[in-house]
Amino acid sequence: MSPFLTETLSKFQQMGTALAAFFGVLLIVFYLGSKTSGRIQTPTARLVMLGPAVVLLTAGLVVPAVLTTISSFKDANNKKFVGLANFNWVFTNPDNLVTLRNTVLWVIITPLVSTGLGLLLAVLIDRMKHESIPKSLIFMPMAISFVGASIIWGLVYEYSEPGGEQVGLLSQLAALFHVADPPNWILIPFWNNFLLMVIFIWIQVGFAMVVLSAAIKAIPVDVVEAAMLDGATGGRLFRSVTVPMIRGTLVVVLTTIMIGVLKVFDIVRTMTNGNFGTQVLANEMYAQSFVQFDAGRGSALAVVLFLGVIPVVIYNIIQLRRDHAR
Amino acid sequence: MSATTISDEKVAAPESVSSAVHRNLSSPWASFAVIVITILWTIPTLGLFVTSLRPSDKANQNGWWNAFIDHTFTASNYSEVLTGGAVIPQGIANFFINSLVITIPAVLIPLAIATMAAYALAWIPFRGATFLFVTCFALQVVPLQMALLPLLQLFNKGWKVNGVSIIPPIGGHGTYYQLWIAHAMFALPLAIFLIHNFMSQIPKDLMEAAVMDGAGHFRIFRTIVLPLAVPAIASFAIFQFLWVWNDLLVALTFAGGNDQVAPMTVYLSNIKGTYGSALHLVTAGAFVSILMPLIVFFALQRFFVRGLLAGSVKG
Repeated sequence: MSPFLTETLSKFQQMGTALAAFFGVLLIVFYLGSKTSGRIQTPTARLVMLGPAVVLLTAGLVVPAVLTTISSFKDANNKKFVGLANFNWVFTNPDNLVTLRNTVLWVIITPLVSTGLGLLLAVLIDRMKHESIPKSLIFMPMAISFVGASIIWGLVYEYSEPGGEQVGLLSQLAALFHVADPPNWILIPFWNNFLLMVIFIWIQVGFAMVVLSAAIKAIPVDVVEAAMLDGATGGRLFRSVTVPMIRGTLVVVLTTIMIGVLKVFDIVRTMTNGNFGTQVLANEMYAQSFVQFDAGRGSALAVVLFLGVIPVVIYNIIQLRRDHAR
Repeated sequence: MSATTISDEKVAAPESVSSAVHRNLSSPWASFAVIVITILWTIPTLGLFVTSLRPSDKANQNGWWNAFIDHTFTASNYSEVLTGGAVIPQGIANFFINSLVITIPAVLIPLAIATMAAYALAWIPFRGATFLFVTCFALQVVPLQMALLPLLQLFNKGWKVNGVSIIPPIGGHGTYYQLWIAHAMFALPLAIFLIHNFMSQIPKDLMEAAVMDGAGHFRIFRTIVLPLAVPAIASFAIFQFLWVWNDLLVALTFAGGNDQVAPMTVYLSNIKGTYGSALHLVTAGAFVSILMPLIVFFALQRFFVRGLLAGSVKG
C-alpha cells in the first residue's frame, strides 16, 4: 500500500476510535441512567446531560479568559506583574497606532457597507420574479473560507511587471481606462486596507441580504397595502415603511458583522500578514502570542479585543429590549 | 421565532393579496440591478476556477479571461497540487484528509454535548438553570483570542494541583485530540443557544403526557425531544461544519507547525505566502478546499438559512 493510503487509514482509525469511545460511553451512561428509579433519575439526568458542557465551557472559555486577563498584566514570560505596561504598549507603540486605526476603519466601514448593500439587494430581490438563483450566488461566498476568499481576491489584485500583459482583473480594468502600468495594488499605503475590506464585504453581503430579506418578507402585507393606498411608492415606501419595520433586524445584522470583523484575522494574515500598513488587532494578537512568544502583550491585545466587543453587545441588548417593549 | 420565511417560500398571507402587492412592486430595473450585482459577485470565483484549469505558462502570463480565447485547458494542475510536484513539493491530499478527520468529530461531539445540555436547561427544572443559560449565552461574546494561550498551555502541560495530575496533558504529535476538543469547546455557546431555543418551544402538554406515562428524562430525551429537534440540530451541524472546515485560527494555534494533522486552510495560507506566484497551483488548491463547503452549502442551504435566522433574528 502507498504511504498516503496507510497514513489516511490510520488517521481515520484514530477518528473512528475516538468517536466510538465517545458515543459508546454516552450510550452506556444513557442505558444505566434509564435503569435508575424515578427519585434519583432526575438528578442523574441533570448531571449526565449538563456535566460535559459545563466542564468544557469552564475549562475552554471561562478559566482561560480569566487567565488571559491576568497574563495581560504580566511580562512576556507570564512571570512578573508589570502593571499596565502591556496596555501602555498597545496604545502608544507607533506600529500599534496604525493597527488600532486600521481596526477602527474595519469595524466602522465593513459593517456599514455590507449591511447597506445587503439591504439594497434584499429590497431589489423582493421585487424580482426568480429570486432564488441570484440569492444563492450572492450568498455563496459565505461558504468559502477567508483563506479561500483571500486567494480568490489575490487573483483580482494580482500585479504584473510593466510592459507585459495583465494577469489581475483589477489591473486589466485599469488598463482599459488607459492607466499605463497599473500599480501593485496591495502595496498602496493606506488604501490597501480597503482592498482587504472588500474581501470581507464580499462574504458578508450575502449574510446581510438573506437575513434582511427574511425580515422584509415578514412585514405584514396589509401594512404595505395601506401605505400604497396612501400613495407611498418606491423610495417613500422604503423609507417610511420598510426600514422602520425591520429596524431591529438591521441593528442585529450590523452588530453581528461588527463583532465578527473585530476578530478578523485570516484575511490579513493570508493577504499581507499585516505588512504594508495593513495590520489589525486580531492578527497582531496572534503574532505577539505565537510568533514573538510575548504572552503579556498577546494577552493584552486579546483583552482589548474583548473590551471592544462589549459596547457593541450592550448596544445590541438595549436595542432588542426597546423593540420588545414596543 | 418570528414568522420569517426563506428564499422562495411564500409569505403566509392570502395568495391573491400577496401576489398583487408583489406584482406592483416588481420592476425590470430591480431585476437588472440584481443580475448585474450577481455577475459581479460571481466573477472572482469564476476567475479562480478558470485559472486553476489553465496550463502554468498561460496562467502566469495573462489574465484568466484569455482562456476563453485561446481555449487551452488542462486538469494537470489538480493532479500536481493533490500529490505535490516540482514547484510545490507537498501535496494537498494529506491536508484534505486532515480537514475531513478534524471536521467530522468536531461537528458530532459538540452537537451531542450541546443537545443534552440544551435539553437539561429547557426541561429539567432546577435552581440556577436560567443563570447557566444566560452565562452560556454570554460566552458567545468572548473572542477565541481570549482562550487560545491558556488552552494551549492546558493541553500541553495538563493541570496539576500540588503535583497531583488532575487533567493529564492532551494530544501529542500526530493526534487530533487538541483540535477536536478546542473546536467542541468553542462551539458550545452558540450550539446550546440555538438548540435550546428550539427545544423550549416543544409543547408542554407533550412532555407532561410523557411524564404521566412514567417516562424518565433519558427516555423522553431519546424518544420525544431528539426526533423533534432534528431541524435545529441539522442547521447547527451545517454551521459548525462550515466553521470548522474554514477555520484558520484554531488550526494554526493547535496544529500550526504540525503538517501531519493541519487542515487545508493552513496549507493554503502557507503556499499563498511561499508560492504565491504559481497561480495555477494555488488556485487549484483553493478550489479543492472550497469544493466541499460549496456542495454542502448548495445541497443544504435551506437548513443553513434557517439556522442563520434563528441565531440572529431571534429577538
